[in-house]
Amino acid sequence: MSTAHPAALAHQFESLEQQKESATLGMWLFLAQEILFFGGLFMAYLLYRWRDPQAFAAGSHELDITLGLINTVILIASSLTMALAVHSAQLSRTKALVRWLVATGVLGTAFLVIKYFEYSAKWEHHLVPGPGFHFPEAAIGGRAEIFFSLYFAMTGMHALHMVVGLGLLGWLLVPAMKGKFNAEYHNPIECFGLYWHFVDIVWIFLFPLLYLIGRHYHGAT
Amino acid sequence: MSSLHVVSVKTYVAIFLALMVLTAITVAVAFVDLGPLNNIVMLGIAIAKATLVVLIFMHVRYSTRLIPLIAAGSFFWLLILFGITISDYLTRGWLGAGTPWGH
Repeated sequence: MSTAHPAALAHQFESLEQQKESATLGMWLFLAQEILFFGGLFMAYLLYRWRDPQAFAAGSHELDITLGLINTVILIASSLTMALAVHSAQLSRTKALVRWLVATGVLGTAFLVIKYFEYSAKWEHHLVPGPGFHFPEAAIGGRAEIFFSLYFAMTGMHALHMVVGLGLLGWLLVPAMKGKFNAEYHNPIECFGLYWHFVDIVWIFLFPLLYLIGRHYHGAT
Repeated sequence: MSSLHVVSVKTYVAIFLALMVLTAITVAVAFVDLGPLNNIVMLGIAIAKATLVVLIFMHVRYSTRLIPLIAAGSFFWLLILFGITISDYLTRGWLGAGTPWGH
Protein backbone atom coordinates (compact mmCIF):
# COMPACT_ATOMS: atom_id res chain seq x y z
CA MET A 1 0.00 0.00 0.00
CA SER A 2 2.87 2.39 -0.59
CA THR A 3 1.60 3.89 -3.81
CA ALA A 4 2.53 7.53 -4.22
CA HIS A 5 -1.06 8.67 -4.39
CA PRO A 6 -3.83 6.22 -3.43
CA ALA A 7 -7.02 6.62 -5.46
CA ALA A 8 -9.11 7.29 -2.35
CA LEU A 9 -6.85 10.11 -1.15
CA ALA A 10 -8.17 13.63 -1.75
CA HIS A 11 -5.54 16.17 -2.83
CA GLN A 12 -5.72 18.38 0.26
CA PHE A 13 -4.54 15.59 2.56
CA GLU A 14 -1.02 14.33 3.20
CA SER A 15 -2.02 10.74 3.78
CA LEU A 16 -5.00 8.45 4.13
CA GLU A 17 -4.48 8.51 7.88
CA GLN A 18 -4.73 12.27 8.00
CA GLN A 19 -7.80 12.14 5.75
CA LYS A 20 -9.46 9.64 8.05
CA GLU A 21 -8.66 11.62 11.17
CA SER A 22 -10.04 14.80 9.60
CA ALA A 23 -13.29 13.03 8.74
CA THR A 24 -13.62 11.57 12.23
CA LEU A 25 -12.79 14.91 13.82
CA GLY A 26 -15.41 16.70 11.71
CA MET A 27 -18.00 14.09 12.64
CA TRP A 28 -17.22 14.46 16.35
CA LEU A 29 -17.58 18.24 16.10
CA PHE A 30 -21.00 17.69 14.54
CA LEU A 31 -21.87 15.26 17.34
CA ALA A 32 -20.69 17.83 19.93
CA GLN A 33 -23.40 20.23 18.77
CA GLU A 34 -25.89 17.35 18.66
CA ILE A 35 -25.04 16.61 22.31
CA LEU A 36 -25.81 20.23 23.18
CA PHE A 37 -29.00 20.17 21.12
CA PHE A 38 -30.32 17.16 23.02
CA GLY A 39 -28.76 18.65 26.16
CA GLY A 40 -31.27 21.49 25.99
CA LEU A 41 -34.12 18.99 25.98
CA PHE A 42 -32.61 17.07 28.90
CA MET A 43 -32.19 20.38 30.76
CA ALA A 44 -35.89 21.18 30.27
CA TYR A 45 -36.76 17.68 31.46
CA LEU A 46 -34.65 18.14 34.60
CA LEU A 47 -36.21 21.49 35.54
CA TYR A 48 -39.81 20.43 35.00
CA ARG A 49 -39.28 17.15 36.81
CA TRP A 50 -37.77 19.09 39.70
CA ARG A 51 -40.86 21.28 39.80
CA ASP A 52 -43.37 18.42 39.88
CA PRO A 53 -41.80 14.99 40.52
CA GLN A 54 -45.15 13.33 41.30
CA ALA A 55 -46.66 14.28 37.96
CA PHE A 56 -43.55 12.93 36.21
CA ALA A 57 -43.69 9.65 38.13
CA ALA A 58 -47.40 9.28 37.38
CA GLY A 59 -46.89 10.17 33.71
CA SER A 60 -44.01 7.72 33.42
CA HIS A 61 -46.30 5.03 34.77
CA GLU A 62 -48.52 5.38 31.71
CA LEU A 63 -45.67 4.44 29.35
CA ASP A 64 -45.34 0.86 28.16
CA ILE A 65 -42.18 -0.42 29.83
CA THR A 66 -42.21 -3.69 27.83
CA LEU A 67 -42.20 -1.88 24.48
CA GLY A 68 -39.59 0.55 25.81
CA LEU A 69 -37.38 -2.34 26.87
CA ILE A 70 -37.82 -4.19 23.56
CA ASN A 71 -36.84 -1.01 21.73
CA THR A 72 -33.79 -0.58 23.95
CA VAL A 73 -32.64 -4.11 23.10
CA ILE A 74 -33.36 -3.54 19.39
CA LEU A 75 -31.40 -0.28 19.32
CA ILE A 76 -28.38 -1.64 21.18
CA ALA A 77 -28.42 -4.69 18.87
CA SER A 78 -28.45 -2.29 15.89
CA SER A 79 -25.37 -0.62 17.35
CA LEU A 80 -23.68 -4.03 17.43
CA THR A 81 -24.59 -4.73 13.78
CA MET A 82 -23.35 -1.23 12.87
CA ALA A 83 -20.05 -1.84 14.66
CA LEU A 84 -19.75 -5.13 12.75
CA ALA A 85 -20.47 -3.27 9.50
CA VAL A 86 -17.53 -0.93 10.17
CA HIS A 87 -15.47 -3.97 11.13
CA SER A 88 -16.31 -5.62 7.79
CA ALA A 89 -15.39 -2.45 5.89
CA GLN A 90 -12.04 -2.32 7.69
CA LEU A 91 -11.33 -5.84 6.43
CA SER A 92 -12.59 -5.08 2.87
CA ARG A 93 -15.37 -7.65 3.22
CA THR A 94 -17.97 -6.13 0.91
CA LYS A 95 -20.64 -8.81 1.26
CA ALA A 96 -20.45 -8.79 5.06
CA LEU A 97 -20.56 -4.97 5.06
CA VAL A 98 -23.76 -4.95 3.01
CA ARG A 99 -25.27 -7.67 5.19
CA TRP A 100 -24.57 -5.83 8.44
CA LEU A 101 -25.80 -2.51 7.02
CA VAL A 102 -29.06 -4.18 5.98
CA ALA A 103 -29.37 -5.76 9.45
CA THR A 104 -28.87 -2.32 11.02
CA GLY A 105 -31.56 -0.89 8.74
CA VAL A 106 -34.00 -3.67 9.59
CA LEU A 107 -33.47 -3.17 13.35
CA GLY A 108 -33.79 0.62 13.00
CA THR A 109 -37.05 0.19 11.10
CA ALA A 110 -38.34 -2.24 13.75
CA PHE A 111 -37.62 0.41 16.39
CA LEU A 112 -39.68 2.99 14.50
CA VAL A 113 -42.57 0.57 13.92
CA ILE A 114 -42.77 -0.14 17.67
CA LYS A 115 -42.54 3.60 18.36
CA TYR A 116 -45.49 4.10 15.98
CA PHE A 117 -47.62 1.63 17.94
CA GLU A 118 -46.61 3.33 21.20
CA TYR A 119 -47.57 6.75 19.84
CA SER A 120 -50.93 5.55 18.55
CA ALA A 121 -51.72 3.96 21.94
CA LYS A 122 -50.97 7.32 23.61
CA TRP A 123 -53.30 8.99 21.12
CA GLU A 124 -56.10 6.54 21.89
CA HIS A 125 -55.60 6.98 25.64
CA HIS A 126 -55.88 10.79 25.33
CA LEU A 127 -52.30 11.28 26.49
CA VAL A 128 -51.23 13.56 23.63
CA PRO A 129 -50.91 17.14 24.99
CA GLY A 130 -53.61 19.42 23.67
CA PRO A 131 -57.35 19.95 24.08
CA GLY A 132 -57.99 16.18 24.08
CA PHE A 133 -55.54 15.50 26.93
CA HIS A 134 -57.10 13.55 29.77
CA PHE A 135 -55.01 11.94 32.50
CA PRO A 136 -56.59 8.92 34.24
CA GLU A 137 -55.44 9.89 37.76
CA ALA A 138 -57.65 12.77 38.88
CA ALA A 139 -55.15 13.96 41.53
CA ILE A 140 -52.56 14.58 38.81
CA GLY A 141 -54.79 15.61 35.91
CA GLY A 142 -53.36 18.29 33.62
CA ARG A 143 -50.07 18.44 35.53
CA ALA A 144 -48.97 15.33 33.61
CA GLU A 145 -49.29 17.25 30.33
CA ILE A 146 -45.78 18.69 30.73
CA PHE A 147 -44.35 15.19 31.10
CA PHE A 148 -46.05 14.07 27.91
CA SER A 149 -45.00 17.23 26.05
CA LEU A 150 -41.40 16.41 26.92
CA TYR A 151 -41.96 12.72 26.15
CA PHE A 152 -43.13 13.55 22.63
CA ALA A 153 -40.50 16.26 22.08
CA MET A 154 -37.60 14.06 23.20
CA THR A 155 -38.65 10.74 21.68
CA GLY A 156 -39.90 12.62 18.61
CA MET A 157 -36.53 14.30 18.03
CA HIS A 158 -34.85 10.96 18.65
CA ALA A 159 -37.16 9.22 16.16
CA LEU A 160 -36.47 11.97 13.61
CA HIS A 161 -32.75 11.25 14.01
CA MET A 162 -33.52 7.57 13.38
CA VAL A 163 -35.42 8.44 10.19
CA VAL A 164 -32.49 10.59 8.99
CA GLY A 165 -30.14 7.72 9.92
CA LEU A 166 -32.16 5.23 7.88
CA GLY A 167 -32.09 7.63 4.93
CA LEU A 168 -28.31 7.94 5.15
CA LEU A 169 -28.06 4.17 5.49
CA GLY A 170 -29.98 3.64 2.24
CA TRP A 171 -27.77 6.24 0.57
CA LEU A 172 -24.59 4.44 1.71
CA LEU A 173 -25.90 1.03 0.73
CA VAL A 174 -25.50 1.71 -3.00
CA PRO A 175 -21.74 2.44 -2.97
CA ALA A 176 -21.32 -0.33 -0.38
CA MET A 177 -22.88 -2.85 -2.79
CA LYS A 178 -20.65 -1.55 -5.58
CA GLY A 179 -17.65 -2.38 -3.41
CA LYS A 180 -16.54 1.26 -2.98
CA PHE A 181 -15.51 0.78 0.65
CA ASN A 182 -12.43 -1.15 1.70
CA ALA A 183 -9.66 -1.23 4.26
CA GLU A 184 -8.06 1.80 2.59
CA TYR A 185 -11.16 3.97 2.40
CA HIS A 186 -14.36 3.64 4.42
CA ASN A 187 -14.73 7.06 6.04
CA PRO A 188 -18.45 7.42 5.20
CA ILE A 189 -19.18 4.08 6.90
CA GLU A 190 -17.08 4.99 9.94
CA CYS A 191 -18.74 8.43 10.27
CA PHE A 192 -22.23 7.05 9.76
CA GLY A 193 -21.44 4.52 12.48
CA LEU A 194 -20.54 7.37 14.84
CA TYR A 195 -23.88 9.03 14.12
CA TRP A 196 -25.80 5.79 14.63
CA HIS A 197 -24.08 5.06 17.95
CA PHE A 198 -24.77 8.62 19.10
CA VAL A 199 -28.49 8.15 18.46
CA ASP A 200 -28.25 4.91 20.46
CA ILE A 201 -26.67 6.81 23.37
CA VAL A 202 -29.51 9.34 23.40
CA TRP A 203 -31.96 6.47 23.77
CA ILE A 204 -29.82 4.91 26.54
CA PHE A 205 -30.64 8.05 28.58
CA LEU A 206 -34.23 8.50 27.38
CA PHE A 207 -35.31 5.00 28.36
CA PRO A 208 -34.63 5.24 32.13
CA LEU A 209 -35.56 8.93 32.39
CA LEU A 210 -38.93 8.54 30.67
CA TYR A 211 -40.01 4.93 31.23
CA LEU A 212 -38.49 3.84 34.52
CA ILE A 213 -38.78 6.77 36.94
CA GLY A 214 -42.34 6.08 38.07
CA ARG A 215 -42.14 2.35 38.60
CA HIS A 216 -41.53 2.09 42.32
CA TYR A 217 -43.98 4.66 43.49
CA HIS A 218 -47.21 3.56 42.01
CA GLY A 219 -50.20 4.97 43.80
CA ALA A 220 -47.98 7.19 45.94
CA THR A 221 -49.73 10.30 44.70
CA MET B 1 -2.45 2.41 7.03
CA SER B 2 -0.55 1.50 10.15
CA SER B 3 -2.91 3.29 12.53
CA LEU B 4 -5.98 1.31 11.47
CA HIS B 5 -7.04 -0.51 14.60
CA VAL B 6 -9.41 -3.40 13.94
CA VAL B 7 -11.38 -4.32 17.04
CA SER B 8 -12.17 -8.03 17.24
CA VAL B 9 -15.71 -9.33 16.81
CA LYS B 10 -15.33 -10.93 20.23
CA THR B 11 -14.84 -7.53 21.86
CA TYR B 12 -17.91 -6.08 20.12
CA VAL B 13 -20.08 -9.00 21.21
CA ALA B 14 -18.74 -8.77 24.78
CA ILE B 15 -19.63 -5.06 24.89
CA PHE B 16 -23.09 -5.84 23.51
CA LEU B 17 -23.62 -8.45 26.24
CA ALA B 18 -22.39 -6.03 28.91
CA LEU B 19 -24.89 -3.44 27.63
CA MET B 20 -27.67 -6.03 27.83
CA VAL B 21 -26.75 -6.96 31.41
CA LEU B 22 -26.68 -3.29 32.44
CA THR B 23 -30.09 -2.77 30.80
CA ALA B 24 -31.50 -5.74 32.75
CA ILE B 25 -30.08 -4.35 36.01
CA THR B 26 -31.48 -0.86 35.42
CA VAL B 27 -34.97 -2.27 34.70
CA ALA B 28 -34.83 -4.55 37.77
CA VAL B 29 -33.67 -1.72 40.03
CA ALA B 30 -36.49 0.52 38.78
CA PHE B 31 -39.03 -1.76 40.48
CA VAL B 32 -37.31 -1.59 43.87
CA ASP B 33 -37.78 1.50 46.01
CA LEU B 34 -34.33 2.73 47.01
CA GLY B 35 -35.39 6.30 47.72
CA PRO B 36 -33.05 8.87 46.15
CA LEU B 37 -30.64 6.06 45.24
CA ASN B 38 -32.96 4.99 42.41
CA ASN B 39 -32.06 8.03 40.34
CA ILE B 40 -28.36 7.75 41.11
CA VAL B 41 -28.18 4.06 40.16
CA MET B 42 -30.26 4.66 37.01
CA LEU B 43 -28.11 7.56 35.81
CA GLY B 44 -24.90 5.78 36.83
CA ILE B 45 -25.83 2.77 34.71
CA ALA B 46 -26.84 4.99 31.77
CA ILE B 47 -23.49 6.82 31.97
CA ALA B 48 -21.63 3.47 32.16
CA LYS B 49 -23.50 2.23 29.07
CA ALA B 50 -22.83 5.43 27.16
CA THR B 51 -19.13 5.23 28.08
CA LEU B 52 -18.87 1.67 26.74
CA VAL B 53 -20.51 2.74 23.47
CA VAL B 54 -18.25 5.79 23.10
CA LEU B 55 -15.00 3.99 23.94
CA ILE B 56 -15.48 0.76 21.99
CA PHE B 57 -18.28 1.08 19.41
CA MET B 58 -17.23 4.64 18.53
CA HIS B 59 -13.53 3.70 18.63
CA VAL B 60 -12.53 6.62 20.86
CA ARG B 61 -10.28 4.31 22.86
CA TYR B 62 -8.32 3.42 19.72
CA SER B 63 -8.17 6.81 18.03
CA THR B 64 -5.58 9.58 18.16
CA ARG B 65 -5.71 11.88 21.19
CA LEU B 66 -7.53 14.65 19.38
CA ILE B 67 -10.79 12.66 19.25
CA PRO B 68 -11.09 11.92 23.01
CA LEU B 69 -10.37 15.60 23.58
CA ILE B 70 -13.29 16.67 21.38
CA ALA B 71 -15.56 14.01 22.89
CA ALA B 72 -14.71 15.03 26.45
CA GLY B 73 -14.98 18.69 25.45
CA SER B 74 -18.53 18.23 24.21
CA PHE B 75 -19.55 16.71 27.53
CA PHE B 76 -17.79 19.55 29.31
CA TRP B 77 -19.96 22.05 27.37
CA LEU B 78 -22.99 20.02 28.42
CA LEU B 79 -21.89 20.40 32.06
CA ILE B 80 -21.64 24.18 31.54
CA LEU B 81 -25.20 24.18 30.20
CA PHE B 82 -26.46 22.17 33.18
CA GLY B 83 -24.27 23.89 35.76
CA ILE B 84 -25.18 27.47 34.93
CA THR B 85 -28.89 26.75 34.48
CA ILE B 86 -29.13 24.83 37.75
CA SER B 87 -27.16 27.44 39.69
CA ASP B 88 -29.58 30.06 38.37
CA TYR B 89 -32.67 28.13 39.45
CA LEU B 90 -31.15 27.17 42.81
CA THR B 91 -30.17 30.70 43.78
CA ARG B 92 -33.13 32.77 42.62
CA GLY B 93 -34.77 32.67 46.04
CA TRP B 94 -31.67 34.12 47.73
CA LEU B 95 -32.22 37.69 46.60
CA GLY B 96 -35.94 37.72 47.30
CA ALA B 97 -36.70 37.39 43.61
CA GLY B 98 -39.25 34.68 44.34
CA THR B 99 -39.05 30.91 43.93
CA PRO B 100 -37.70 29.46 40.67
CA TRP B 101 -41.19 28.98 39.30
CA GLY B 102 -42.66 32.30 40.37
CA HIS B 103 -45.19 30.89 42.81
